[in-house]
Amino acid sequence: MATTFAFAESRDGNLRKVSFEAVTAARRAADATGGGEAHALLLGAPGIAARAEELGRYGADVVFVVEHEGLARYNPEAFAATAAERLRAGDYRAAFFPASAQGRDLAPRTAAALGVSLASDITDFELQGDTVLARHPGYTGKVILSLRLAGSPALVSLRPGAITPTEQPRTPRVEQAKPAIDPASARVSVTETTQRTGARLDLGEAPVIVSGGRGLRAAENFKLVEELADAFGNAAVGATRAVTDDGWRPATDQIGQTGRNVSPDLYVALGISGAIQHLAGMRTSKTIVAINKDKDAPIFKIADYGIVGDLFEIVPRLTEEVRKARSGH
Amino acid sequence: MKIAVCLKRVPEMELRFSIAGDRKSLDPGGLKYEISDFDGYALEVALQLVEKAGSGEVVAISLGPDGVQETLRKALAMGATRAVQLKADEVPFDGSAVAAALAAELKDGGYDLILFGRMATDTGSGTVGAMTAHLLDLPAVTAISHLELGEGRGTAGRDLEGASETVSFPLPAVLTIDEGIARPRLATLKGIMAAKKKPLDVRPAQLGEVRLTVESMAMPPERSGGRIVGEGPDAVPELVRLLRTEAKVL
Repeated sequence: MATTFAFAESRDGNLRKVSFEAVTAARRAADATGGGEAHALLLGAPGIAARAEELGRYGADVVFVVEHEGLARYNPEAFAATAAERLRAGDYRAAFFPASAQGRDLAPRTAAALGVSLASDITDFELQGDTVLARHPGYTGKVILSLRLAGSPALVSLRPGAITPTEQPRTPRVEQAKPAIDPASARVSVTETTQRTGARLDLGEAPVIVSGGRGLRAAENFKLVEELADAFGNAAVGATRAVTDDGWRPATDQIGQTGRNVSPDLYVALGISGAIQHLAGMRTSKTIVAINKDKDAPIFKIADYGIVGDLFEIVPRLTEEVRKARSGH
Repeated sequence: MKIAVCLKRVPEMELRFSIAGDRKSLDPGGLKYEISDFDGYALEVALQLVEKAGSGEVVAISLGPDGVQETLRKALAMGATRAVQLKADEVPFDGSAVAAALAAELKDGGYDLILFGRMATDTGSGTVGAMTAHLLDLPAVTAISHLELGEGRGTAGRDLEGASETVSFPLPAVLTIDEGIARPRLATLKGIMAAKKKPLDVRPAQLGEVRLTVESMAMPPERSGGRIVGEGPDAVPELVRLLRTEAKVL
């Protein structure tokens, strides 16, 4: 039996889906050792403790809550010092962080503070003896690496979307704790967080991504992409680098080697030829649909389902059919 | 302004890879190498900052076998002042082991800024920058896509999922660079000639303990892919049926 750890990420007082993925991983790892406890650490402004119960729903036995006005926003140094202090205080076998924008910053800082190594951006894992075997897509997703991580705790960051959050409800014990350093003393401070406009789901959290490439021919034609995303109801909109370079979409929508890496349940590629740069960011999607006029486009080699033809004819029809399917017809 | 840029030499990602006989590494046959994408951006940021400051130096540092000298010469050709190879037979996968060697080199170097790419395209891990900063006890801001420097302080922008944050930091600092600030320049012929005469020091890498290793490598499973449902809008109902009944995503 071993205790495991999950870092719970929140924004504006709400837990992010990646937190449930981390807790699910910690629960799974604890169970694999014969039923140890899964602990979670939740940092935020006063009031964040109200979210602890949600972590219990995914299997957290104990939630350590650190409430402080100075933790309302991400504070890299205070978060890392507090996570490291918690990890030192318990005998943790493995610790899971989201490999989100925040987690990719936090996890290596925490690892360095503890003097341990970190397996980053992991899509699956298993405990083996006193090591962790971790799966990681490397070389822009062209090679799958199996990594062996020694050391205790074994720090792992999880690629968003790779672990499916699984409910295993329990009522967690909530323990209040204090920040390991005064957040106001941090050298680095986040002075502003700006939410991007639009209520659409984020690329890292959406179960469905509808993505567009040069085949859309003009910025205004992205409304076809938007409409299909709206029909799914649970979709985010992505784009290729060519499209973001041309300013048709913001740079933050870019999926690929130099953009976001995503693994949604469904990825719909519209007018995307499938350059390596783009495939690097989406090839781990569970199901891939491609619509392209060129039957030899590389995207069809990795797509589960393809339709060859004019997307300007096909997409409106698809949008209509998806809308029908969604409304239960 | 004195800036260090840590560069990694990686295989060109557009090439076809195959796994070597040891099942733990890439078959080196046919591989060509380049500066990792984001490290190239970091180098360009450093060059522009020093140009803007009017004086200073950009020191390019790379850890690895002698092959990295070619990478460093390229950085010199782009405009770096001098270069350092931290010699190691191979680059460990473990970012903490690499960070230890870089920190040993960078310590007491008197740098105003130490730049990294936000991650290397081969390991795709993005851990070395923040770990090096911790070992040097320097403030760090990672994955920045915007940068402004003032007197003794800087402001950086980072992209989050669906949001962005503005981060204030004191100098000296460690920054890891995302896309968005600068696109790397091409080396000119003059630069290439000048690079041959610029200093390139070689020192043994003082690697830290390796606790993260590659157990095996495999090509990703071939996706069932290549299944064309049909042509034109008439194929849509069949696609939707498959998404409902087979893929179960609708």
